[in-house]
Amino acid sequence: MHNIIYLLLRRMRVPLVVVILAYAISMLGLVLIPGMDDQGNIWHMSFFHAFYFVSFMGSTIGFGEIPYPFTDPQRIWTTVAMYITVISWLYAIGSLFSLVQDQAFRRVVAHTNFTREVRRIRKPFYLVCGLGDAGRLVITELAEHGIRSVIIDRDESKIHSLQLEELPLRIPGLVADVTDSSVLIAAGLCNQHCAGAIALTGNDHTNLTVAITSKLLAPELAVICRAESHDAQANIASFGTDTIINPFDTFAERFAMMFKSPSMYLVYEWMTSLHEAPLSEFTAPPRGTWVVCGYGRFGKAIQKSLSFKGIKTIIVELDPEGTDAPEGTIAARGTEAITLHEAGIQQADGLIAGTDSDANNLSIIMTALELNENLFTVSRQNGNNNDAIFAAADIDITMHEGRIIGKRVVDMLTTPLLTNFLRMAILQNDDWANVLVSRVVGVLSDRPPESWSQIISTKHSPAVVHLLKKGMTVTVKDLLTDPRDTRSALPCVALYLKHQNYDELLVPDDDTPLQTGDQLLICGNATAETHMRWTARNTHALNYICSGYDRPSGSLWRWLSARRSSKSSA
Amino acid sequence: MNLEKVVFAFFIVLALTLNFGFFIGELDDGTHHNIYELFAALVVSLIATIMKFGDRAHIGAVLLATSLVADLQLIAAVIVWTITVHATDVGMTPSIMASIVSLSGGALLANLTSVIILVTETVMFRR
Repeated sequence: MHNIIYLLLRRMRVPLVVVILAYAISMLGLVLIPGMDDQGNIWHMSFFHAFYFVSFMGSTIGFGEIPYPFTDPQRIWTTVAMYITVISWLYAIGSLFSLVQDQAFRRVVAHTNFTREVRRIRKPFYLVCGLGDAGRLVITELAEHGIRSVIIDRDESKIHSLQLEELPLRIPGLVADVTDSSVLIAAGLCNQHCAGAIALTGNDHTNLTVAITSKLLAPELAVICRAESHDAQANIASFGTDTIINPFDTFAERFAMMFKSPSMYLVYEWMTSLHEAPLSEFTAPPRGTWVVCGYGRFGKAIQKSLSFKGIKTIIVELDPEGTDAPEGTIAARGTEAITLHEAGIQQADGLIAGTDSDANNLSIIMTALELNENLFTVSRQNGNNNDAIFAAADIDITMHEGRIIGKRVVDMLTTPLLTNFLRMAILQNDDWANVLVSRVVGVLSDRPPESWSQIISTKHSPAVVHLLKKGMTVTVKDLLTDPRDTRSALPCVALYLKHQNYDELLVPDDDTPLQTGDQLLICGNATAETHMRWTARNTHALNYICSGYDRPSGSLWRWLSARRSSKSSA
Repeated sequence: MNLEKVVFAFFIVLALTLNFGFFIGELDDGTHHNIYELFAALVVSLIATIMKFGDRAHIGAVLLATSLVADLQLIAAVIVWTITVHATDVGMTPSIMASIVSLSGGALLANLTSVIILVTETVMFRR
């Protein structure tokens, strides 16, 4: 605010001095030049009358010649004064308008408004740097979960398009360079309500700068950082950044899992992706030869995980030397039928289009499918706005960098239990995953499940805490029973239970007793969540589920039933 | 030599001298206090105020504050004069003249403070 006033005053200095001088000269002239009153006597205008006259003349209101009609010398001077004052006014007002329109001034105003808005946030918020596909997904999903965030990006048009989107929360956005630490401070890095900094720009070095600034200025803050090269990843990890997400490695790991255990892959896919396809559509990828087009960071990560699984790969890359490709690499783009033919596409089982151009990737896939229609195709998608063509191109798996990163970040922030669950799940064997998948499919028929967490505390589940205090036992099964029909269970499965003393249980048994402070991760149908939350809050419903007995709720009926039971026992 | 600094100092000192010129003389004697001098003092004081706009240093803020005080005192004096002459039947009396001149005396003190600050600052930055 102070900045704006100072800038305004500084720039208005000259115009204001001009206005004051114009007034002073005009008034002085009117006072000095003799006039004539109604009796024909010589009369001098007083300073008060001169000020009054100049005020209405200068603003072109014009009440006429007062208090007596002017003499000719007065009229001559008035003519001069009129031009002086009107021009000085126009100059002052013009300067004010041009100042308001000035780019630098508007940037100061935007910056000031942004800083004030951030300072007024009274709830935990996340500081997101970079409004790419990943950044947009993160702030939209966080807003849907009622979590506030603040966004900084260097591109003005991106910030403006954000203001047009209908989000449930207002997201303050600033056009600025995030490598400037004062920008991060203005965006609330050192604010007591800031819950974490998330660096999602497309540039590894920028993300590194954000991470190191956050770690130095606010060491307690959680920092999530995107890194695309292993070099940057090691650098960012060296100073204690909490989470580093490499989109290519994340996808390659998931891809390798498809070969190792398709069921485990399905569990991961349900929990972590935005995948909305029906469960039955999943097919395991073939273990034959794979053609990898593009040996960049994506191609390298995929090739590594494929050869780790003992799968043969043929690489097609335009610049084999520059990308350090292994021997036997075909030096071509891969979009032409001849090259694909040379790579043996007819005998291959799978194709990966991993160049950094969406058009080339689509061209590779379309050409390859013409040559061999039984191919299992995997494509890298670079831009959000190509969603429609990628959906139309009948690709088995599409890897969208921004979506992978964005979803990882959102899961981490909204469902922290999920990370714990996945960490334990990866250590289980294929049989365990098969059992879990069949259980989930059993309750869900064909729709992909949703996951949510439930905390056993007075705030989140008062009914459970109330019954536990009375010495009753509440099991996982009780909480997941349909409150409308106590004989049937809700369509959901408890995946993970964490006790207050950090003991963890993977897929807890139905009769596991709940304790205060427990955190439970559940997956299932979205309607099951609503019913479960209702049971957790409604003491009567939960009591009925636990005891099978409808307890009187009013004090009169409670007293009567107590009397009756004491009578019958006597 | 910096032209901006010359203009700046010129207006601040001129505001003080004009103010002093109006103030000097018998307190309640109207003939000792010229209305043109009061007018000039007010105009120069206003310009001096604007000159001080937008200076973010602490000393600049104090200069602006003293200037605003001087403006306020002079405007009060002008309003008293205007109302006495144009809006009452009494006309100018020695007691009203005394109050106008004492108001301008207050402005004189404020302008003096301005000049002292200006001189102090100049002495501190010997360049």
